[in-house]
Amino acid sequence: MNFEAVKAIYLFEMARTRRTLLQSVVSPVISTSLYFIVFGAAVGSRIQEIDGVSYGAFITPGLIMLTLLTQCIGNGSFGIYFPKFTGTIYEILSSPISMTEIVLGYVGAAATKGMLVGLIILATAALFVDLSIAHPFVMLVFFVLTAVTFSLFGFLIGIWAKDFEQLNLIPMLVIPPLVFLGGSFYSVSMLPPFWQAVSHANPVLYLISGFRWSFFEISEVSPLVSFGIIIAFLAVLMGLLVWIFRTGYRLRN
Amino acid sequence: MAPIVSVSHLVKTYGSGFQALKGVSLDIEEGEILALLGPNGAGKTTLISIICGIVNPSSGTVLVNGHDVVKDFRATRAIIGLVPQELTTDQFETVWNTVSFSRGLHGKKANPAHIEKVLRDLSLWDKKDNMLRELSGGMKRRVLIAKALSHEPRILFLDEPTAGVDVNLRKDMWKVVQTLREGGVTIILTTHYIEEAEEIADRVGVINGGEILLIEEKSALMKTLGRKQLRIELAEPVTVLPQGLEPYHLKLEDDGGRLIYDYDASGGRTGITTLLAAIAEAGLRIKDISTRQSTLEDIFVELVEKRA
Repeated sequence: MNFEAVKAIYLFEMARTRRTLLQSVVSPVISTSLYFIVFGAAVGSRIQEIDGVSYGAFITPGLIMLTLLTQCIGNGSFGIYFPKFTGTIYEILSSPISMTEIVLGYVGAAATKGMLVGLIILATAALFVDLSIAHPFVMLVFFVLTAVTFSLFGFLIGIWAKDFEQLNLIPMLVIPPLVFLGGSFYSVSMLPPFWQAVSHANPVLYLISGFRWSFFEISEVSPLVSFGIIIAFLAVLMGLLVWIFRTGYRLRN
Repeated sequence: MAPIVSVSHLVKTYGSGFQALKGVSLDIEEGEILALLGPNGAGKTTLISIICGIVNPSSGTVLVNGHDVVKDFRATRAIIGLVPQELTTDQFETVWNTVSFSRGLHGKKANPAHIEKVLRDLSLWDKKDNMLRELSGGMKRRVLIAKALSHEPRILFLDEPTAGVDVNLRKDMWKVVQTLREGGVTIILTTHYIEEAEEIADRVGVINGGEILLIEEKSALMKTLGRKQLRIELAEPVTVLPQGLEPYHLKLEDDGGRLIYDYDASGGRTGITTLLAAIAEAGLRIKDISTRQSTLEDIFVELVEKRA
């Protein structure tokens, strides 16, 4: 194991975060605050409690997930795409470092950064609403697993993308609808049966549901199902990763 | 002694179907400087990329220090430094950080003293806190060299190191190369510039169309280069050589207006004095005389054209 290399990549990526502090941290905090003001205060004042939880508190887990997913995918994909774009990837590829170590460095840094921003959002939310976390350990498990899984997802997007458009396609076009329609701002049980069924095909619903359960013990599906879905997604991504290692797909060809 | 790099039957076909290498075999000895000459698209960069692990080979093997570059990549890549052809840098990093990063990637613990030495040798010390985007092209090239030397490699690849580089940098670079060589580092450089190969290489390889056309000791090549031609322009053309000139194996060119005499300039007796006397005796009037030495470039052009 080339620990020095993993450390070098990890610190290099974290340094990039420090250089872009405004964009990395301040902007998600501002946009989350806006969500709280618009949805929590304006809309929330007209909505009664959902399953015994005030509306502002109800949307918090979803908002954290929204941030976590976009941050992790964004960081994970950009981290590996940028060296491909500038050409500095030559150095990574000619170093005595395995693909596993490359992934550890990049995905580790992307997940760390995503979780930092996620925690800041949690702290911001606590300013607006009364929050209590019923199962802090479960919350942490969902939090970390989601961060790692989606950073890895981002990493794969970064390897696959041939240009900036492809790079932004999934984070910009796919993730927001999935998060918005995954019950971030409402309980799916409020929908007509047909749309409930459609919502259950949305993987993000399971993430938000499980995460919300760790806060308030209310969920759309059993938290175990949520856990199973994340693990399954992680397994699929790992499979893809192994295939990329073996074939050198878009890296060594 | 086993070669430090041993390439055998190396083939690379890219996804597009383009065959960049068509069965290249090549041994590189430890401590030598090998210059690979070849036109654009000859396969130089692909060859280097495979040895360094950037590109997977289609077939064939490469051993570095006895280890396979694919199966045993940690052992091979750890001792290789690569200076790429393109000026690819992390624009927003400082010189110090990017060079230290390279050392870390190669699994070596931080060693500020070594990094400082490398930066000083390349006249980069006063730029160590500058961001790369603030540097000129030549300075960036120096940074790429510093990155390649950050982990104290035993083999250094320089891919077109002097493309678009000014005289000062070239001088600095060859000074560094000389020091490295004295320390036993094996150096492989690719170049368009034949003078460069003549100046610093121990051996010269010519590559074109994905094949090695020639690989030879520079001294052996220089022997070939030692052949010179004496070209004698005559005032009046002749149709046949006059008697008395047979021993010189002269060739007639330019419809009898020019005599060509091949001789070995490194030998003690060139035969020029007696030839000139013989020409005067035969009654020929000389208009002009010039000599011409075949260069590495002639050999190169001849080889490349022959295969084209």
